Amino acid sequence: MSNEWPLWEIFIRGQHGMSHRHVGSLHAPDAEMAIKNARDVYTRRNEGVSIWAVEAAHIAASSPEEKGPLYEPSNTKVYRHPTFFDIPEEVGHM
Amino acid sequence: MDPLFQFLLRLGDNTLVLGHRVSEWCGHSPVLEEDIALANTALDMIGQTQLWLGLAGEVEGKGRSADDLAFLRDAWDFRNVLLVELPNGDFGQTMMRQFLFDAWNVTMLGKLMKSSDQRVADIAEKASKEAAYHVERSGDTVVGLGDGTPESHARMQAALDYLWPYVGEMFASDEVDAAMVKAGIAPDPSSLRDEYDALVTRVLTEATLTKPDSKYAHKGGRTGYMHTEHLGHLLTSMQWLQRAYPGAKW
Repeated sequence: MSNEWPLWEIFIRGQHGMSHRHVGSLHAPDAEMAIKNARDVYTRRNEGVSIWAVEAAHIAASSPEEKGPLYEPSNTKVYRHPTFFDIPEEVGHM
Repeated sequence: MDPLFQFLLRLGDNTLVLGHRVSEWCGHSPVLEEDIALANTALDMIGQTQLWLGLAGEVEGKGRSADDLAFLRDAWDFRNVLLVELPNGDFGQTMMRQFLFDAWNVTMLGKLMKSSDQRVADIAEKASKEAAYHVERSGDTVVGLGDGTPESHARMQAALDYLWPYVGEMFASDEVDAAMVKAGIAPDPSSLRDEYDALVTRVLTEATLTKPDSKYAHKGGRTGYMHTEHLGHLLTSMQWLQRAYPGAKW
């Protein structure tokens, strides 16, 4: 067994209505301490109103080597972007 | 001496001396996350100090600022309880001392929020939020280490045995406290004991630690009668700059 605390990925929501953003990672013995540590490490300057901590081992990530098969096919499919529509003025900012 | 001034010195000196002690961990904590958390705690304590000693200077009415009171008094003028001036020891001892103080601080601040003196109530209101976080954090760490490995458990029990005789002083009362009670400014410290014991016993039980049976209490800090030898050493480091360069400004 390793003596090292597990690694946690920390997500913080800056304001109500915004989504949580990944801000970094830290070590902690359990989920509760991960949130406390995140409070001390990442919200010292009033950055957030909500913290998520996810043990890094539980995050499934895509592999960089698969970049080609995963993302290149969409490069040539401009019709997937909603750029061919004229947005009426009265809609305002979208 | 004006009892209100004396009372405010006691509050401010507690957080000043403990804040300085905790700051001694900066750059030395066992892990980065604890290092930052302890530095935050130390800064919170110093923040509370600025408010308490600032008000103390105002009440005294001799033009002394919070900085004057912090850096230009010597050991015999300090009114903190002995608990907060004790050396850090290992990380476990530091966290145990922090918890024993935090539990008192959060209880006292809760009562001071209802103080008849609006200035005292306002400071208590502001400080009580961070104090609530401090006691949660230090309490969790006491549980984590107490109910941890055989080594961490033994260290936490040793820390508790060493520090427990210094707990009683936080609940001692004298004529200063009587004057505060009379004016409706603060409760009698002894009246906080049951609430404190309930909180501390709950955490220590969860931490599988045994509260020492002894009722003996080291005293002399909050009256200024006699501090431990540790306070003088702490002050030489904390006040070094003003001693070497009197009147130096940032």
